Amino acid sequence: MVKVTDVEWVENALGRKVPRFIEGVELIPYKGPFAHRPVKAHKYGPTLGYVASEQNEIVKTLAEVIDKVGLKDGMTISFHHHFRNGDHVMNLVLSEIEKKGIKNLTLAPSSTFPCQEEAIIRCIMNGTIKKVEGGSARGEFGRLVSSGKYLKEPMRIRSHGGRVRAIEAGDIHIDVAFIGAPSSDELGNLNAINGPSACGTINFAYADAHFADHVIAVTDHLVDYPNFPMSIGQELVDYIVVVDKIGDPNKIASGELRITNSPTRLKIAKDAMRIADLLGYVKDRMSFQAGAGGISLAFTEFIHQRMKEKGVKAAWAQGGTTKFLVDMLMDGTVKKLITGQAFDVAAIENMKENPKIHVDLPIGAYANLHGKGCTVNKLDIVVLGATEVDLDYNVNSVTMSNGIIAEPVGGHSDTAAGASLTILTVPLFRGRYPVVVDRVNTVVTPGENIDVVVTERGIAINPRRTDLLQKLQEVKIPRDMRITNIEDLQRQAYEITQTKVEPNWGDEIVALIEYRDGTIIDVVRNVEPRYYEDAVFAEKEEKDVERREN
Amino acid sequence: MKLRRSRLYVPGNNPKMIPPAGLYGADVISLDLEDSVPLEYKTDARMLVSEALKVIDFGPATEVTVRINPMNTPFGKWDIKQIVSEKLHGIYIPKVETREDVIQVDDIVTDLEEKKGLPIGKIKLFATLETAKGILNAYEIAQSSKRLEALTIGGEDLTADLGGERSSVGTAINTARSLVLLAAKAAGIQAIDTVYSDFGDQEGLRKETELIKIMGYDGKACIHPSQVGIIHSIFDPTPEQIVYAVRVKMAIEEAKKRGSGAVSLGSKMIDRPIVLKAERVLEIAKMADLHIPSPEEVSEMTQQKVKKSGGGDD
Repeated sequence: MVKVTDVEWVENALGRKVPRFIEGVELIPYKGPFAHRPVKAHKYGPTLGYVASEQNEIVKTLAEVIDKVGLKDGMTISFHHHFRNGDHVMNLVLSEIEKKGIKNLTLAPSSTFPCQEEAIIRCIMNGTIKKVEGGSARGEFGRLVSSGKYLKEPMRIRSHGGRVRAIEAGDIHIDVAFIGAPSSDELGNLNAINGPSACGTINFAYADAHFADHVIAVTDHLVDYPNFPMSIGQELVDYIVVVDKIGDPNKIASGELRITNSPTRLKIAKDAMRIADLLGYVKDRMSFQAGAGGISLAFTEFIHQRMKEKGVKAAWAQGGTTKFLVDMLMDGTVKKLITGQAFDVAAIENMKENPKIHVDLPIGAYANLHGKGCTVNKLDIVVLGATEVDLDYNVNSVTMSNGIIAEPVGGHSDTAAGASLTILTVPLFRGRYPVVVDRVNTVVTPGENIDVVVTERGIAINPRRTDLLQKLQEVKIPRDMRITNIEDLQRQAYEITQTKVEPNWGDEIVALIEYRDGTIIDVVRNVEPRYYEDAVFAEKEEKDVERREN
Repeated sequence: MKLRRSRLYVPGNNPKMIPPAGLYGADVISLDLEDSVPLEYKTDARMLVSEALKVIDFGPATEVTVRINPMNTPFGKWDIKQIVSEKLHGIYIPKVETREDVIQVDDIVTDLEEKKGLPIGKIKLFATLETAKGILNAYEIAQSSKRLEALTIGGEDLTADLGGERSSVGTAINTARSLVLLAAKAAGIQAIDTVYSDFGDQEGLRKETELIKIMGYDGKACIHPSQVGIIHSIFDPTPEQIVYAVRVKMAIEEAKKRGSGAVSLGSKMIDRPIVLKAERVLEIAKMADLHIPSPEEVSEMTQQKVKKSGGGDD
C-alpha cells in the first residue's frame, strides 16, 4: 500500500491535497469541471480479429474459454453490473480463475454488488486480485478497501462517464471482458431484452466490448442466428459460453418499487419538485433525470403530478428507469425515455414493447466528457443524493460519515456537471451524523456543479447561481418552504448532532477519486477502527485469514 | 379566528417523530398522549411531550397543542399539570360529554397559569365529541368556556359508540357532523373534522375533505404528514376565487364612491352573503399566505379577459 508519507503532494483546484505520482505514474490534479482536455489525440485501439467462414465461437465451459483467450497473471478483467444483486457471472468466472491459480489480476467492473462480495474478498485475500479499478465498493468489500490491508494498490473510483473515458483513453487496458448476456446467438449478437435473465440493457459493457482485447459473452439463453436487436454485435465478441444461469431474475429487477412512507423524505422530495417549479424548470419540452432511491422515486411521482396539473410535457427523461418513469412515458407526460439501467420489471418490459420511444444508449453517450456529445449536457433537472455536502457545496457520495468507502459515484459528477439545475436532496442528518457539514470527508462532485441543496429543514441555493437567487425574488414562496443558506443548514445539523467527528484516518492511501475528466479530485485514506461498527471488518478478516490458513 | 385547516397528530411516545412535526406545514400539531400511546407508555409520553414543549422549535406558524387523556381516567389531570407551559397553545380534550368536562379542564388550567405566572386565558381549549351523548350536548359544550376555540368530532370512537360502520364517505357519522357544525357555529367557534384513517388512500381523503368543506367545517385532523398538503389544497381558495373576492371588494368601494347603495358586479347584484364570503376568502388567503392580487393587477386581468366569469362558486 502507498503511505501518505511516501508521496509528494500537490493541491488541486478545490484545495484538496492529491499525490503527484502513484506507483510511478504521474497524476493530474483536478482543475475545474471543464478545465481538463484529453491528453491523447486518439482513442486507444483494441486488437484486430480474424473471422474464417467456418466459424464457431461457442465454447463449452468457462475453464476452456479462459485458456483460449490466454488469461495470465497480471491481466485486467472486466464485468458489467446490469444484473445488480442477482449477478452470477462474476462469481462463476472468479472461481474458475482461482482454480487455475492465475494471480495478481486487476478487477475492472463497472460496479459491484453485495452478492459478489464474498468472491471478491476471497480473491483479494488469496492474491487472485491485486487491484480494483471499479465504480464502487459497498458493504464488506468497502470495509476491506478502507482497511488498507489487502489491496496492494489504491483503488480507482470513477464515475460512469469517467470509466468510459478511462477505457477509451487506455488508462484502463482490459485484457478480457466477460459480458453477461441475457441472450446471444452463436456468433455473439447480444441483447438484454430476451431470455430469463433479461435486464433491459447491457450498455455498461459497450465500451468493454469495443476496447477489450478479448470479449467473452456468458449467456444462459442461446437463440437462433441472428439475434435481434444486436445491442452488442458479433463483430466485437470472440467467444460465447453457455452456462446454466447467469443471474437470479428476482434479484436482477425489483418486482415493485414503492414510494417511501417516511414523512421527512417525502417532504424533501416534494420541496425538490416545488423549488424546481418555482425556479421555472417545470415547463414544456423540459428534460430530467431522477434515479431509484427513495427520495428520487417520490420526486418522480411528484413532478409527474405537477406536470399533469400544469399541462406540460417533458421532451425526454432518463434513468435509472423504474415503473414511475414508464408511467410518465405511457401517459405522454414524457415523450421519450432513455435508460442507462433498468431497475424494475416494468422498465425492462417497456423497453421491449416500446423501442421507438424508449431506448438505451452507450454509457459514453450518456456521460463521457471526452466523447463528442453526451446526454447529461442536455438535462434541465437532475436530482441527486449524497452522504455529505459541505459549506462549499462540495459533495461526497462515496465515503460515509465515518470515512469508510460504501457507495458508488455512479453518474453523480457526470450529471451534476451537465444538468442546468442540479438539486441535491439530503436529510440534514442520518443517525448521529450530520450530513450538511463544514467540510466533506471526500469530494466526489465539485460544489460549483451543485445548484440547490434541499433538506427537510430548509433549502439552500448556491450563491454562484445569482440567476436562481434573482428568480426566487420574483416568485411567491409557499409558507411551508424555507429558503435559507448552507451555513444555516450546517448550523442546524450541528445543533442536533453536535460537531462532525473526523474519521479516524490512517496513513495509507486506499483510493483515488478520479473526476470524470481523469484528473484526481480527492484521495481516500484508510480508516483505523475506533468504534465497534468500524472494527467489525477488522475482526472478521482476522478470522477469515485463520480459517483459510487451516 | 385562527387558520386551522389541518391538525396533525404526533404520537407522544415517539422521540423520532416529535422533532420534525413542525416541518410538514400543518396549521396545528397535536402531540398525542391519548389513543396513539399504549397504556404502559403513558408516563414516558407525558415526560417526552413536556420536554419537547420546552426545547423544540416547531416553527412560528405552527399552533402547538397536546391531546390529553380523558378526564375520567387517572391520566388526564397529570397530563395537564405537566404540559401547561409557555410554548403550549392549546389542549384537546377527548371524549367530552358535558359542559362540566370542559369547565373542569378550564379550572385546572387557570389555576396552573396563575401558579406558573403565565398570562391567564392564553391556553386555548378544544373539545372532541365522540359519543352519542357528547354530540347531543354539543351546543351546551360549545358555550362552556371562553377558552374554547373549536369543537372537533372523533369519527372512530363515535362510530363504535353508535354501533355503526365507517365507510369511505363516513355515512354513519354524517348527522353527528351536522350537529357538531351547527352547535359550533351557533356558539361562534370553529368546527374541525375527524381523521381519514387510511393514509394510503389519497382519493378517499380528498372526497371526504371536499364533503366537510362544503358543509362548513374549518379543518380536518390528519394522521400522516402526507395528508396535510391534500387538505390544504381543498381548504385554500383557488386563485380564481381570490380574484373574484378582490373584484367584489372593488365593486363595493366603487359603489361607496358613487354614493350608491346597490352594488353590482357585471350584471350580478352583490348581496350580503356574497360580501361575507368574499371577506372570508380574503381572510383565509391572507392567513394561508396565498397571493392576493392588488386591485390594479385585477383590473389588468379583467381587461385582458373581457368576458370570463370570476369563477366564484356562489
